[in-house]
Amino acid sequence: MSTLTDPGDMAVKDREADAFLIGDSMTGGYGSGADILHGCTIAVSKGEIAVIVGPNGAGKSTAMKAVFGMLNLREGSVRLNGEDITSLSPQDRVAKGMAFVPQTSNIFTSMTVEENLEMGAFLRRDDIRGTIEQVYDLFPILRDKRRQAAGELSGGQRQQVAVGRALMTQPTVLMLDEPTAGVSPIVMDELFDRIIEVARTGISILMVEQNARQALEIADKGYVLVQGGNAYTDTGKALLADPEVRRTFLGG
Amino acid sequence: MDLLNAVVALLNFVIVPAVAYGSQLALGALGVTLIYGILRFSNFAHGDTMAFGAMATILATWGLQAGGVSLGPLPTALLALPVGIAATALLVLATDKLVYKFYRAQKAKPVILVIVSMGVMFVMNGLVRFIIGVDDQQFADGARFVISARDFREMTGLDEGLAIRTATVITVVVAGICVAALFWFLNHTRTGKSMRAFSDNEDLALLSGINPERVVAITWIIVAALATIAGVLYGLDKGFKPFTYFQLLLPIFAAAIVGGLGSPLGAIAGGFLIAFSEVTITYAFKKVATYVLPEALEPQGLVQLLSTDYKFAVSFAILVVVLLFRPTGLFQGKAV
Repeated sequence: MSTLTDPGDMAVKDREADAFLIGDSMTGGYGSGADILHGCTIAVSKGEIAVIVGPNGAGKSTAMKAVFGMLNLREGSVRLNGEDITSLSPQDRVAKGMAFVPQTSNIFTSMTVEENLEMGAFLRRDDIRGTIEQVYDLFPILRDKRRQAAGELSGGQRQQVAVGRALMTQPTVLMLDEPTAGVSPIVMDELFDRIIEVARTGISILMVEQNARQALEIADKGYVLVQGGNAYTDTGKALLADPEVRRTFLGG
Repeated sequence: MDLLNAVVALLNFVIVPAVAYGSQLALGALGVTLIYGILRFSNFAHGDTMAFGAMATILATWGLQAGGVSLGPLPTALLALPVGIAATALLVLATDKLVYKFYRAQKAKPVILVIVSMGVMFVMNGLVRFIIGVDDQQFADGARFVISARDFREMTGLDEGLAIRTATVITVVVAGICVAALFWFLNHTRTGKSMRAFSDNEDLALLSGINPERVVAITWIIVAALATIAGVLYGLDKGFKPFTYFQLLLPIFAAAIVGGLGSPLGAIAGGFLIAFSEVTITYAFKKVATYVLPEALEPQGLVQLLSTDYKFAVSFAILVVVLLFRPTGLFQGKAV
């Protein structure tokens, strides 16, 4: 399938050249099954927020998993800071500074909040107390609940634990798979605020979102995927302003 | 006086033996539950792992005894325990490398691993009988009693005696130390926490950089230690015979499942629950009843709910009831 082009595409392509993390023209699927992605490109620059939106079954999560090395690419490549990491396993990518928050089962439910954070930093051998404090500063509620089992927390708090766990490796890229799935609108706004705060510290953020309108509002760059390919790519604001995108994907 | 005698009789014939048996079952069930939590299958070879550990310890004990080493009033077997644990750890690690690893790489379903573990069980079963034989083996030495029934009667002037055997005391003390050490390890060390994380959410543990092969190896070593200790304590208490360890599999699994598979705390609670049920249901309460009840109501029969020959039926019945009404067990383990 060919990529749909619109006038803004070339400018974005120029920016993608110096992107910090890029999944370039990715084609592939799970195992030996049919291809889900067809020449899909996703990129994020340093300290920016990139959001992947699109209809159900468009391959949003798949695209992100491809960037994280959870499926085999038949074509295309993934580059982190200029280095080709296409052949690395997800674990090796974690060691390279990528962090991934899955959509479900993203915390250790039977362990305390603090133990969840400690496990996030399992690869680190240095003192992690400073990073734990940073996470508590970002999500103050977690400090109060540090001794509580993470499984006993509310949906929004669990997502905070999940993001906190991922931040423990001090990543350069944070990838979030529908971080606001199943949380109330108020909690969603709160989470987005925190995500902007994380981006301000220089961490690149790539996330998949169902709540397309709200997500694009905070996005430096938005990717609208359709059937495993890039349908529209532009800044979040431009996508929100685009009548075509509004009509087709944002419900008017 | 009669009431005191009744209490002493109850202590002597029900509570003390059940506490010792419960400790042994708890240690066995802890091993089963750890394997279930980390490797995600029910290890049917656990009873025979206990037999192997006990056998290795017995051989080492005989060696020490022949060399004239003794621990005074304590059984020499305690000194030989590290040898038994090391031998068992080597055996289970080799088994893992030769057998289980192959199925892990294939991501085999748990039910396949259960059948595989049955195969391992038969091999271990044969190995133990081949090395030490099928007969009873004596290896307990040291003082037999802490308090004998006669001493107790003389001390208290009661008609009933309370005998506390050395093996019973050692069982309870050693089991207590093991459980405390295990919980400390799981809750306060980096490696222990990584085991809990792996048991809780394998995918996320991998994402966090926890090395699965290391977790599995450490689990096997801990399980080997627990199985050997449980096997030796049971042998010291009731004598060593390979076949009885195979039979122990049922009460051990019942204990692990009643407590909730995957929950260490549940394994301990389950062990004592099964032990107390088994002992109280198969104990003839005639003696206790005679002390407590007025003469007119004195029971004619033995007041025994079930003959001791049927003791395994007790664990089995509890197992069935739990699986029917609370499949996740008392401590919310994983459903089977």
